[in-house]
Amino acid sequence: MSEHSLTVSSTEADLKNVAFTTRLEDFINWGRKNSLWPLPFGTACCAIEYMATVGSHYDVSRFGAEVVRFSPRQADCLLVLGTVVEKMGPVLKQVYDQMLEPKWVIAVGVCASSGGFYRAYHVMQGIDNIIPVDVYVPGCPPTPEGIIFGMLKLQEKITKGGIVRARDRYKIAR
Amino acid sequence: MHTTLTPPESSKYLRLNLGPSHPATHGTLRVFVELEGEIIRGMKLEIGYLHRCFEKMAETHTWNQVIPFTDRLNYVSAMMNNVGYVRSVEKLLGVEPTKRCQRVRVILCELSRIIDHLVCIGANAVDLGALTTFWYFFRERENVYDLFEALCGARLTTSVTRVGGMYKDLPEGWLEWCRKVVNNLPRTLDDVETLLTANRIWIDRTQGIGVISKEDALEYGFTGPCLRATGIPYDIRKAMPYYDYDKFTWDVVTESGGDTYSRYLVRMGEMRQSLKIIQQCLDDMPGGAINIDDWAIVLPPKEQVYNSIEGLMAHFKLIMHGIRPPLGEVYDCTEAANGELGFFISSDNQGRPYRVRVRPPCFAIYQAFPEMCIGQTVSDAVATLGSLNIVAGELDR
Amino acid sequence: MQETDTKLLASALPNLPAEIQTAILAVEEFKGETTITIRKENLRTVIQFLKTDPNFRFDVMMDLFAMDYLKYNSPQPERFAVVYYLVSLFQTRRVRIKVFVSEDELVVDSIHDLYKAANWFEREAWDLYGIVFNGHPNLVRILCHNEFVGHPLRKDYPSDQYQRLKSAVPSEGL
Repeated sequence: MSEHSLTVSSTEADLKNVAFTTRLEDFINWGRKNSLWPLPFGTACCAIEYMATVGSHYDVSRFGAEVVRFSPRQADCLLVLGTVVEKMGPVLKQVYDQMLEPKWVIAVGVCASSGGFYRAYHVMQGIDNIIPVDVYVPGCPPTPEGIIFGMLKLQEKITKGGIVRARDRYKIAR
Repeated sequence: MHTTLTPPESSKYLRLNLGPSHPATHGTLRVFVELEGEIIRGMKLEIGYLHRCFEKMAETHTWNQVIPFTDRLNYVSAMMNNVGYVRSVEKLLGVEPTKRCQRVRVILCELSRIIDHLVCIGANAVDLGALTTFWYFFRERENVYDLFEALCGARLTTSVTRVGGMYKDLPEGWLEWCRKVVNNLPRTLDDVETLLTANRIWIDRTQGIGVISKEDALEYGFTGPCLRATGIPYDIRKAMPYYDYDKFTWDVVTESGGDTYSRYLVRMGEMRQSLKIIQQCLDDMPGGAINIDDWAIVLPPKEQVYNSIEGLMAHFKLIMHGIRPPLGEVYDCTEAANGELGFFISSDNQGRPYRVRVRPPCFAIYQAFPEMCIGQTVSDAVATLGSLNIVAGELDR
Repeated sequence: MQETDTKLLASALPNLPAEIQTAILAVEEFKGETTITIRKENLRTVIQFLKTDPNFRFDVMMDLFAMDYLKYNSPQPERFAVVYYLVSLFQTRRVRIKVFVSEDELVVDSIHDLYKAANWFEREAWDLYGIVFNGHPNLVRILCHNEFVGHPLRKDYPSDQYQRLKSAVPSEGL
């Protein structure tokens, strides 16, 4: 064979050095989970802890999620950070509806998960009253490690695959 | 009047809604503007998107259980709310905390003031496109968070005070650690000053923007850095001193522009003054108990609870019966990071407050926001909003 | 400092104009703070006087809020009260003006033209207590959502009587 042509050995052992096989679905999920674009719907104290998570000490960009996008059309992971009160409910629903599939929701903090310690006349007792939630992160506020753990749990959920579209996953009416 | 907009049918202006979920509105503030081109001709505000019913919750919880609710008022400087509330209750009870407790509270309040200003300036700069200062400031915030976490286990919402004292005394080595943090802070402040203060872009975007006159500031009930930026040198720590603020050497930082740039300078200056106060406290920390010695108000130490009948009875009575301040109504205020944070407490000798009214500094300041923005562009409105440090937890309670 | 306030105010009382003197129902001093209870009808005259008189010059209205004395342990003249907290910045004097309002005639004059700050504070008192301020330009809800029924901070409103916002669009607020 001339020196200029490439020779590729066709034994299986050598094939492993240059290629790997997987399912298309797993490959896409790997891409999705490592490049979540969060929409920080920050209302209260948890938003400040999220700012610390995005900061240089806790650095959420190691997980690929540093591209915070405040437009729901450009984001795929809705992070609800802080108390959602009744007045804010329609706003949250509108933002969630505007997001494109596939989309996930992380309820950060106890206020978003269940109303927190505000058993009060104006506080929504958990955002799952109006939108479906994938991961609940407890804490008041959760430490940045907690928020990162929540994102890792979401990544696990994406890895497991299954139904991707939120509206099929949770049977939301269109 | 700028608080009503012209009816849509007859209006030649474009209406724009800067909605409650918007990166530049710091969450949960809604602003309607009427635009003629880019110039704002009318503005109307809507608040209440974080109304968490603090005052009602305070009526249904015991005196000490209200303290975590106060944390979440101005959540960027939670300790100042704790101290403010507890001061009012202590005034009603007629007790004065120990000298050590006072010093510790001053250190924590000043640290909270510093971190509040860090967030305010950082977020203000981010709204105008300057991201670097945000990261620098949040790095410093992490250092202070570590201090808070060592003291009480929580970084942000600390609930560290109790009526009559504090949750815990300072751990070993905390004071030296605090000194190290405080010694490192000026370097970051200098870095950010180099980046912003003489920066052409920053000056063009903040000087002459969001101006409010002295008279209007007083009419609207401004207090705090926003008032001092208009030239009125009013600071509660000097006017009605508490916790030995009159014995420390520090200055009230005042600027005279009344615009966003002045507010920025006042906040930077105040941070340096707070550092001075903390240094003086660290140099003069008395020993002794952190809580007062009154077992009708403060839980007795555990050795006494387990080993003496009086301790056991006092503990039982406090847990079952609670603190019972006498009948009456008091108001006490502290100089919080945003201005005069006052707590009006009404007690009818029960284990729960009858009424807790928070006088939120942001409420008065935000009311004047349209006045500061009419005639300027939308981007100026964003710059002004960032400089006012509107924290929705305090605004809506 | 605050003790001299009360003595000063008490000594100034006989020198006040007659109409102000008749308006004052009581002057109390508690823990160094002065509370003056006045008649509802004379609210505007008294506040105007305190603001403009050169001896007093209470130039800042620090706070305005309402109280509901329904379950208070000691009897009060009426069920509701509106409290005005005036501050004179440079003489560092503070005074609390209290006006009792009966449940049957839950109306007070508005002072939004005397102090610009009063605008939103009065709206909040209306929202949370239901006290009508005569002459207020825009007496609508400010904190609770616009479908809220009732006045939540009243003592007969349970704290967890939760009211769901049903309309899909957040309140216009115009």
